[in-house]
Amino acid sequence: MFKKTYDWIDERLGITPIWRDIADHDVPAHVNPANKMSAFVYCFGGLTFLIIVTQILSGMFLAMYYVPDIVNAYRSVQYITDEVLLGQIVRGMHFWGASLVIIMMFLHMLRVFFTGSYKAPREMNWVVGVLIFFVVMGFGFTGYLLPWDQKAYWATAVGAQIAESVPWIGKYIKTVLIGGDVLGALTLTRFFAIHVFFLPAGLLGLLGLHFIMIRKQGIAGPL
Amino acid sequence: MSDKNGKQGLSRRQFLSYALGGTGAFMAATIAAPLVPFAIDPLTRTSGGGFADSGLKESDVKSDFPTMVDFKVHRKDGWIEENVKMRAWLIKDESGKIMAMSPICTHLGCQVAGTVDGNGNPKPSEDGEWWFHCPCHGGRYTIYGINDKAKPPQRPLDLYEVKVEGGKIMLGAISQRKA
Repeated sequence: MFKKTYDWIDERLGITPIWRDIADHDVPAHVNPANKMSAFVYCFGGLTFLIIVTQILSGMFLAMYYVPDIVNAYRSVQYITDEVLLGQIVRGMHFWGASLVIIMMFLHMLRVFFTGSYKAPREMNWVVGVLIFFVVMGFGFTGYLLPWDQKAYWATAVGAQIAESVPWIGKYIKTVLIGGDVLGALTLTRFFAIHVFFLPAGLLGLLGLHFIMIRKQGIAGPL
Repeated sequence: MSDKNGKQGLSRRQFLSYALGGTGAFMAATIAAPLVPFAIDPLTRTSGGGFADSGLKESDVKSDFPTMVDFKVHRKDGWIEENVKMRAWLIKDESGKIMAMSPICTHLGCQVAGTVDGNGNPKPSEDGEWWFHCPCHGGRYTIYGINDKAKPPQRPLDLYEVKVEGGKIMLGAISQRKA
């Protein structure tokens, strides 16, 4: 049944070469944990991506119940946690996943650094990786505000003051960041929009570049 | 299936692709397992079911014309709980049983109006047997909510479940009547 459907589509669109091109490539011996266990350090990039995928999925589902509004945000989060079926699990996935992404990304960065993989000709991929790092930090900063509880509010208040401490233009950065003079309704909608629309778009674009470059250049050789 | 030597059984390649596919499917299932119940949570919630006090006594309901009543129903909408205004038209049918009709037109959901005078008191119909009129597409119903088949609505007005407790009329869930 599956085979027949696949063949029918393949006959018309020739999809086999497309996915073979993406999926069929040799894994060099020095990055294969089956050969040498310590090669597991090469898994961190892929694990980061796996967790990013679960973040996107759990985030999409959380958005079914969450409301980015100062009156309802906290109560909708409470509703997700206390009442929705497995709501605590799904919120937990997003909550713990957020920290895990940063941990995995950091380990991936350490691996790239200590294997010297950032060196020529892969400097551009390192730069893109650093941009991804900033985007993920942005996710963390904006997402932290969304539950609209005390911790969220004051963490963002501190973040906004840190932004304000930039010489000369700090005041303007803060106003644009929180959407006005007060940390309130406009801040929450702004952070929500950044968290679920702007940053994901940026992240997917950068990840695309990251992956295209690594396929083009291949994994760096053994030490 | 047979491998190069013509031996029956699972080839190494096939075994590995099954193992890989199985592992992938397991991982995908682990992620999907909490997400699907999360999304279908509304299926686990029952809508209402309780009765609300209409504010009318049994003796307030007449048998000649329907009596209108506005009452409040407690509703839970996610994290918002509120008392929602509802309207019903009550009449005693030929056997003396109280029926409570919803004023929502069975065509497309506009609110039908009863035939009343300037003070809101019921008065006889002006076009034969038709007593409720819908402002939207000309649907009309008798005092018992039976629809005019020549007009858009194709089934009678819906009915509230009625319960009399100590002379007070309690109204419950709305149900449809057959056309």
